[in-house]
Amino acid sequence: MSALSSRTLVRILKTLVSIAVTMLGLLLITFVIGRVMPIDPVLSVVGEAATRETYEAASAAMGLDKPIAVQFLIYLWDVMHGDFGNSLLTARPVAQDIARVFPATLELATLGTIFGVLLGVPLGVIAAVKRGTWIDQVARIVALVGYSMPIFWLGLMGLLVFYGVLGWVGGPGRVGIFYVDIVPPVTGMILIDSILDQNWTVLRNAIGHIILPASILGYYSLAYISRMTRSFMLEQLSAEYITTARVKGLPERTVIWRHAFRNIKVQLITVIALSYANLLEGSVLTEIIFSWPGIGSYITNALLSADMNAVLGGTVVVGLVFVLLNIFSELLYKFFDPRAAE
Amino acid sequence: MTDNTTNLTWRQWLNSDAPTSRRHARIAAIYHGWQTFSSNTLAMVGLGILLLLFFVAALAPLLAPHDPLTQNLAGRLLPLWTDGHPLGTDSLGRDILSRLIYGSRITLYIVTLVALIAPIAGLLVGTIAGYTGGIVDAALMRITDIFLAFPRLVLALAFVAALGAGIENAVLAISLTAWPPYARIARAETLTIRRSDFISAVQLQGAGPLRIITRHIWPLCISSLIVRVTLDMAGVILAAAGLGFLGLGAQPPSPEWGAMISEGRKFILDYWWVAAMPGLAIFTVSLAFNLLGDGLRDVLDPKSGSS
Repeated sequence: MSALSSRTLVRILKTLVSIAVTMLGLLLITFVIGRVMPIDPVLSVVGEAATRETYEAASAAMGLDKPIAVQFLIYLWDVMHGDFGNSLLTARPVAQDIARVFPATLELATLGTIFGVLLGVPLGVIAAVKRGTWIDQVARIVALVGYSMPIFWLGLMGLLVFYGVLGWVGGPGRVGIFYVDIVPPVTGMILIDSILDQNWTVLRNAIGHIILPASILGYYSLAYISRMTRSFMLEQLSAEYITTARVKGLPERTVIWRHAFRNIKVQLITVIALSYANLLEGSVLTEIIFSWPGIGSYITNALLSADMNAVLGGTVVVGLVFVLLNIFSELLYKFFDPRAAE
Repeated sequence: MTDNTTNLTWRQWLNSDAPTSRRHARIAAIYHGWQTFSSNTLAMVGLGILLLLFFVAALAPLLAPHDPLTQNLAGRLLPLWTDGHPLGTDSLGRDILSRLIYGSRITLYIVTLVALIAPIAGLLVGTIAGYTGGIVDAALMRITDIFLAFPRLVLALAFVAALGAGIENAVLAISLTAWPPYARIARAETLTIRRSDFISAVQLQGAGPLRIITRHIWPLCISSLIVRVTLDMAGVILAAAGLGFLGLGAQPPSPEWGAMISEGRKFILDYWWVAAMPGLAIFTVSLAFNLLGDGLRDVLDPKSGSS
């Protein structure tokens, strides 16, 4: 018992160290990017007409006269305290801005992943069971098209057809212009906030707006999830215990869902976590198309106006979430699948 | 041997079980690979589309009905199938078909550069890590992991933000985010090859590490890298188009497909074809790369070709 727990402890420690090293590397990269950029951060504060004394004073105040290693340590210290500096664009601390926009991205990516799982998993299972038939071919083409489609273009075409021509969904933005700022922001996720406020009109309007971008992200994640599900299932279905179960005379449905599917659950959860991380990133371009006020729009707008603090802050936060989801999926795999533990 | 028998046995020679020379064996292997590949219809479609793309890009000045940059404000936003402008014109009256044709050159340029830079960088890092082992291996793989842990598009965005917008910087940014998987593959291959008997034999003959890596390990890593490159190219095209769409890749008036979508976006509800056509072009080419990659995987990497 104690041997087991000490082994678990070592494993947890190793994971923590690995997270720390990865995050350190991530911050080093963003720090270097911040240094090599062609814009002089001092000049953008003091202006072109500043005297040499003002310039140097400002430079010293920003800590830019210190050795580069010290500057990196200061940067580390600040980031660990949630200080990414101020945004030039919004004149607010970047951390505050990100806390404000992140829930919108989270809401979109979560809904997209839910769509992707609900459709992608059954599609993958069916494709594996009916391997080689036309259903398998259709599933393959659906996935290949998803892999090959520029997501921002798909979003544009979706807006054109479902908003412009058919008028089935709301246009860009999270809610229609008459519904902005009606429900008090509690979680920052408008679907949940409007439920909390019991404001069903806003909820209906918000659903009309989120359904299209979420479906498009969902299709993207469906492509990946269905392919992975198919290959996991094929692996299980060719195993001997499946033959045994069939020989015993178990109904095919039991063989597939109770035997084979149960064994791919853990692998599937890790794939879903990875796909979720990819959606957080994939939402960058989708957010631009749908004027969705999330972290993707925030980074891109900051980028176009050379607001480097905001760009780097956003990159660090997205990177952190990405790393944590990756490690989470890896851990899950190791803890729940005894074959991978050793 | 008479003429008659040589003609008859061409195919037999290619299918021979006992190759008479190294070149014979190699040609026979290529022939068998081609047979497997060409029986895969979808992969052949992919190859066909890409050959067409090369052809179009090479002959752009001959094929394009108009100059891709000449503006004609009198004939702006013309619909599809207009006389002389089969795909219509954009907001400055430029012929969309001609812009797509010239844009294929930019797409090929980006794809080729990334396909050279990223795998070569990954191959270097991976083989050095795998062959050296120890601390070097641990350090290089840690760096690889850090880059792998980064979300690729966001990292590319940050790089372009620092380097400045433009095609060359977009290529650099995409390559910087694309090399880690190649390093992983090359390292894994190196680790398995390194311990094999023929490497020991070469070592005993006095070959140094440099010769072993370049002459014996690299050739064996190539096929798995090629498969990966082909499958990655679709992603590279999408990333380049995404950067172009955000205004961070090719700059106007360059007929880059992603930038063309961005221009057409403003008129999407009334003049949909301006944004739709370049998107179709991107989709077709990246689909072709995916189809080709799938087929190549079956030929070059029989282990994973179970699907």
